[in-house]
Amino acid sequence: MTQLIPPVSIIDNSYGNPAALIELVEFGDYECPYCGRAYPIVKNIQKILGSDLKFVFRNFPLRKIHPNAFPAALATEAAARQNRFWEMHDIIFENQRSLDADKFIQFGVILGLDPDRFKTDMQDQVLMAKVSKDFESGLRSGVNRTPTFFINGIKYEDHWSDYHLLEHLRSVLGELSVK
Amino acid sequence: MLPIGILAPDFELFSTPDQKLRLSELKGKKVVLAFYPADWSPVCGDQMSLYNEMGKYFARHNAMVVGVSVDSKWSHLAFIEDRHFHFPLLSDFEPKGEVARLYQVYDAGTGESKRALYVIDENSVIRWSYLSPVGINPGADGILNALEEIDNLKMVIQ
Repeated sequence: MTQLIPPVSIIDNSYGNPAALIELVEFGDYECPYCGRAYPIVKNIQKILGSDLKFVFRNFPLRKIHPNAFPAALATEAAARQNRFWEMHDIIFENQRSLDADKFIQFGVILGLDPDRFKTDMQDQVLMAKVSKDFESGLRSGVNRTPTFFINGIKYEDHWSDYHLLEHLRSVLGELSVK
Repeated sequence: MLPIGILAPDFELFSTPDQKLRLSELKGKKVVLAFYPADWSPVCGDQMSLYNEMGKYFARHNAMVVGVSVDSKWSHLAFIEDRHFHFPLLSDFEPKGEVARLYQVYDAGTGESKRALYVIDENSVIRWSYLSPVGINPGADGILNALEEIDNLKMVIQ
C-alpha cells in the first residue's frame, strides 16, 4: 500500500466538509486529457457524497510535454489568494483544450479577480515553490500517472472511470459508517 | 534480477544514431538504469516522461537516468524528439535484448525487456533493483528512496 506523503494539511486546497469520513486526493495535470475526463466524474462524486467527502487537489504537472500545465497550476494558486481556487480549477478543466497564457488572465477577469494582484501572484516564487512541492509530494507518494487518487491517505490503484471510483468510495463509506 | 552488491556488468549501446554510450563512462555518477518494454506508451502514465520531469531531483543526488529498450535508435530518436527527453535512451537492438539478458530482465515471450529498475552507485555497484508489473509505471518513490539511502549511508561512514 502506497501512502500519501505528506498527509493533507491546511496548506492544501480542499473542498467540502473538513471532517468528512472520506478524504479524496487527486494528483492532476490541467493539460492531461485523462484528468479532463476525470473532472466531471469527480464533480459527480462530490455531488452524490456531499458532506461525506472532502476533496483535495494536488498539482502534478508534466511540464516538458504539457507546456500550459504549470502556468495553469499557478493560476489556480494565484486565484486561491483571492478565494477562487475551485472556480479557477473548474474553468481551466472546462476549457482544457484551448489553454494558453492569455486564457488564464481572461479566466481571472471572468471570475472577477483583482487583475493586478492576480498577475503579480502568477509570478510569485512562493506559489511556484508550492506547485513544485505538490509535484515532489506526488513523486514521494508513488504517483505514476495522472490522475492518481488517494483515499484516506492510501493510493487507489483501481479504475476510476465511469462509476468505478464512486462505487468504491460508497463501499469505503459503508465500512466506515458501520464502525 | 542481478543481486544487490555486485558490480554492474558493463555494456555499450547506441544512444543516438551515431553515438554509443558505455556504462563505465558514467562512473562517478549514480545511474538509474531503467529497462522498459517499448517506446510510445501513453503520455500521462509514461515512465520516461515522469523521469524527464525529475532532472533536479536526480541532480541533487549526483544521479542520471538512462532508459533501455529493444527499440531501434531511430525509434528512440523520434520518441526523444516527441517527448522532449533530456536523458539518453539506449537501443538494445542488435543482438536484440543482449543487455536486458545480461541484467536478467529479458522477456523472451514478448521479445521485449521487462519493466525493471537498477540503481547503480558511483563505483558501479548495484545498490537497488525493482521489477515492476509490465503494464505499470513503477513511479519514482523507490528510486528516490534508494538514492537517498546511498547518500545517507555515505554520511554515516564518513
